[in-house]
Amino acid sequence: MRWSLLIFLLLCAQSSGAIDSESFDDPVLQKRYQSIIFELRCLVCQNQSIQDSDADLAKDLRRQVREMLLDERSDLEIMDYMVERYGDYVRYRPALRRSNLGLYLAPALVALLGIFLLVQTLRRHMVSAQQLDSNQAQQVQEALPNDE
Amino acid sequence: MRHAWPFMLFLGTVLILALSLGRDADEVPSPFIGKPAPALSLPSLLSPDQTVSLEQYAGRAFAVNVWGSWCPACYDEHDFLLALAKQKTVPIVGLNWKDTREEATRWLAQLGNPYEDVAFDAAGDVGINWGVYGAPETFLVNHEGVVVYKHVGPLTADVWQQEFMSRLQ
Repeated sequence: MRWSLLIFLLLCAQSSGAIDSESFDDPVLQKRYQSIIFELRCLVCQNQSIQDSDADLAKDLRRQVREMLLDERSDLEIMDYMVERYGDYVRYRPALRRSNLGLYLAPALVALLGIFLLVQTLRRHMVSAQQLDSNQAQQVQEALPNDE
Repeated sequence: MRHAWPFMLFLGTVLILALSLGRDADEVPSPFIGKPAPALSLPSLLSPDQTVSLEQYAGRAFAVNVWGSWCPACYDEHDFLLALAKQKTVPIVGLNWKDTREEATRWLAQLGNPYEDVAFDAAGDVGINWGVYGAPETFLVNHEGVVVYKHVGPLTADVWQQEFMSRLQ
């Protein structure tokens, strides 16, 4: 009973994962195919990879990738082929260029800015906390009854 | 002064967003601009035993118009294409993309044929080779065989005048 449930669940996972029926017998090729089509943007859909999309163009591009893989072209050659035709836009991880340097550096710069602001704010709080402490200490001193 | 920082960040964000407002995010710039036109050798739509190739246009400027009978925006631009063909400024080569021969032929018979030649790309492979992602698209190739412009969407007299004619000089 337990086993049949497990097998049932595995079958479900299998069917939901197979968006396009065309797959490779060779697991290595299949893995390369999956990773390539996951990284290529579907140009006519909003924010979908060609692996995700059911658009005609996505199907054609998948077919193109498949044919090139069967043709023993390397992953790099396939990516270059797509970029030559559709530009950097077609890749979710475009090659680093001068034109997109800002895009790659922005997260690090924003993180640095965040750390800088955090340190500044913390320092200010610590200073004011110390000052408060000494003031308060004085207040406490004065408020305390003088028992001799 | 302490509150200048967030305000400047805010201004910067506004500036970046304002600059991107004017851009059409759907339009993918063609990497072919300034490069030789990709090869095109396909059976002719209207006479299947003949081959359409761009070699016969060598030394001349010409336009390549990607269309399909399934494409409503192609219908929108068709009248302008007919007018353009009459002007005889440049020959228009049609790339019939992901279509069927019957429907494409019927389309041209009914609406008129503005094309010097129509290449028939049923599988869409040549379209991919040209970086086509949606019809209609129109490429302008100069007399040296270099792609100088690509327009995505229906062609209009304004676009032709502003973007194409200026690049033909």
